Amino acid sequence: MRLPKDARWLQIAFLASFLTLGLTARDFPLWHAPLIFAACLGTQLACEKLLKLKPAGLLSPLITSFGLTLLLRAGVWWVPVVAGVLAIGSKFVLRIRGRHFFNPANFGLCCVMLLTPRAWCSPTQWGEGAILLLWILALGCAVAHRAFRSDVSLAFLGSWILLRAARVLYLGQRAPVLIHQLAQGSLLLFTFFMISDPKTTPRDRASRIGFAAIVACVAFELQLRFVQNPIVWALFICAPLTPLFDLLTEEKAPCALPQSLLSPSP
Amino acid sequence: MRTAPILALAVALSAASPARAFCGFFVGKADGKLFNKSSQVAIVRDGDRTVITMGNDFQGEMTEFALVVPVPTVLSREQIHVGERKLLERLDAYSAPRLVEYHDGDPCAVYPYAAMKMGVMRSMPVAASPPKEMAKALGVTVEAEYTVGEYDIVLLSANQSDGLEAWLRESGYKIPAHASKALAPYIRQQMKFFVAKVNIKEQRKSGYQALRPIQIAFESPRFMLPIRLGMANADGPQDMIVYAITRNGRVESSNYQTVKMPSDVELPEFVQHQFGNFYKSAFAKAWNDHGRHAILTEYVWNMGFCDPCAAPPLEQEELKQLGVFWLEGSYHGGGMPLTLTRLHVRYDAEHFPEDLAFQETGDQGTFQGRYILRHPFRGEMTCAAAGNYRQELDRRRREEAKTLASLTGWDMARIHAGMGRDAPVDQPDPWWKKLWQ
Repeated sequence: MRLPKDARWLQIAFLASFLTLGLTARDFPLWHAPLIFAACLGTQLACEKLLKLKPAGLLSPLITSFGLTLLLRAGVWWVPVVAGVLAIGSKFVLRIRGRHFFNPANFGLCCVMLLTPRAWCSPTQWGEGAILLLWILALGCAVAHRAFRSDVSLAFLGSWILLRAARVLYLGQRAPVLIHQLAQGSLLLFTFFMISDPKTTPRDRASRIGFAAIVACVAFELQLRFVQNPIVWALFICAPLTPLFDLLTEEKAPCALPQSLLSPSP
Repeated sequence: MRTAPILALAVALSAASPARAFCGFFVGKADGKLFNKSSQVAIVRDGDRTVITMGNDFQGEMTEFALVVPVPTVLSREQIHVGERKLLERLDAYSAPRLVEYHDGDPCAVYPYAAMKMGVMRSMPVAASPPKEMAKALGVTVEAEYTVGEYDIVLLSANQSDGLEAWLRESGYKIPAHASKALAPYIRQQMKFFVAKVNIKEQRKSGYQALRPIQIAFESPRFMLPIRLGMANADGPQDMIVYAITRNGRVESSNYQTVKMPSDVELPEFVQHQFGNFYKSAFAKAWNDHGRHAILTEYVWNMGFCDPCAAPPLEQEELKQLGVFWLEGSYHGGGMPLTLTRLHVRYDAEHFPEDLAFQETGDQGTFQGRYILRHPFRGEMTCAAAGNYRQELDRRRREEAKTLASLTGWDMARIHAGMGRDAPVDQPDPWWKKLWQ
């Protein structure tokens, strides 16, 4: 079987199956999906037109839309709209040295959760059995296809599992506790579709791995403080480190810089 | 087809569902298996402020009752209270899954307008510490001791689980095997232990036959219930009803899937006499269908109103007794800043390896476990519409039987036997039978 040339198609296919699985689980809302997709795609097109940029295609805002649909829950209709607009808008507005640094879906999600208590994230809505299957599928894809084989994903996952395992051991808990903690849909989405975004992680490989480890440590600390959705918040907090890493490693890799200066899309 | 709702009957269910131990474990001072038959807990929470009301239906000898609950801090005397049993009973009656019934109108009668009035609602309520030196030697510190109502309460901190287990044993509590393993994670998290037993003298003085719920108030960023301890002496899944009372919206678990019970479905009439059995089976099936890992939501509503009301909403004074501290003034004819979420947790060691963690969501929608009976018109029908009505009735009964089977897993023979004469005929008329009539 031939796989599509643009790896993002594979990601979209995976996210779509994730969404389908969610729909078969009980209580998975879908009313907000059209609003998110319309807001994301509309904002992308509007920003390109306003800033007179060459159209970068809609695959990237589609991935953002899927991410938000899967993670964001809302009690009022305007929350998904605002989340979509902020997510895509951040790519065009919040830029340092020609590069955006917030993962769009992460930015949209965190902003609306900060704005109103009517926005939240339900990390366990898929149920555990289904998520274990998806982990296997995602890791299988990681072996088989480069779209999933991101060093930052694996570095984050490794660090996170290590930290969680250490905690479980320290507390004298059993192995099923660790497995239970890893069977969260939001962790899977975050690992393969959020922190893996090459546009919002440092360019230098060692920096990317360091960045992933820092995100895992911050998330771990937040979890110890009983913050809900710690990994999502950790990426939001750590996002400004990306331009900092890039600045520090710029001299090492001067050629990599101009590549995305003119490209505002992720 | 016209349906006029005339009477809605609400049946609360806690008596129907087997329930045993609350988040702490109940231990005996003498041999003999002890279980607390049902456990209900109310958590009032806003910000970090938390008030927990722990109810139980302890059936054994009062001297054998003991409760061990990990708490985040040492509680002062004022943070502990003994509440009234009726508070949890009221919450139960208000939020329990309900059976509502409607009566079909006469298909031959002509109604001037379609009246959809809600009928009368009626609810059926369901159902001596060892010396301090020894404690010190075991690495256990008795942080505080109080007598509150009919309970003697000790707050302990411990360095190691073995020491705590030994202290509890020395103090006469019959600790289940592996208790220290269950205690260890709480000690590592610097949690304290709230240990209560019945002060027989005070209990007799109080005049109460059954034990009243213990209430504790504290501030903590943890929004959780420690269920792991309760598994230490369990020989199977245990049930717990959690009433979460929050300001903004529905509460769900943040580490276990939380789903709503299947609801708003029409069932055969005979379910009226077997509602308890029906709900037990429906709950068990829903729980099994979600891999036994999920928590079932049975009710979510703003406490300012209900529709239909299985029992009147709690009065502000009752809410205050439960620990709701943020209500000011009075609320009439609409919502109040208070959402009640009723969660039914059936847990065992295998499927619930971690304590329950919760989060308050921004969901202000309403939900109730509501099951509908539609009684057919049984009077004399002479008009032409009667034929259609009978046919429609047969189709409806067929659907109701299918719904009941899918919800409970009961086999069709059992359902048809329950339906008796109302059971749908085996073979419906073929589609062409009335084609040229």
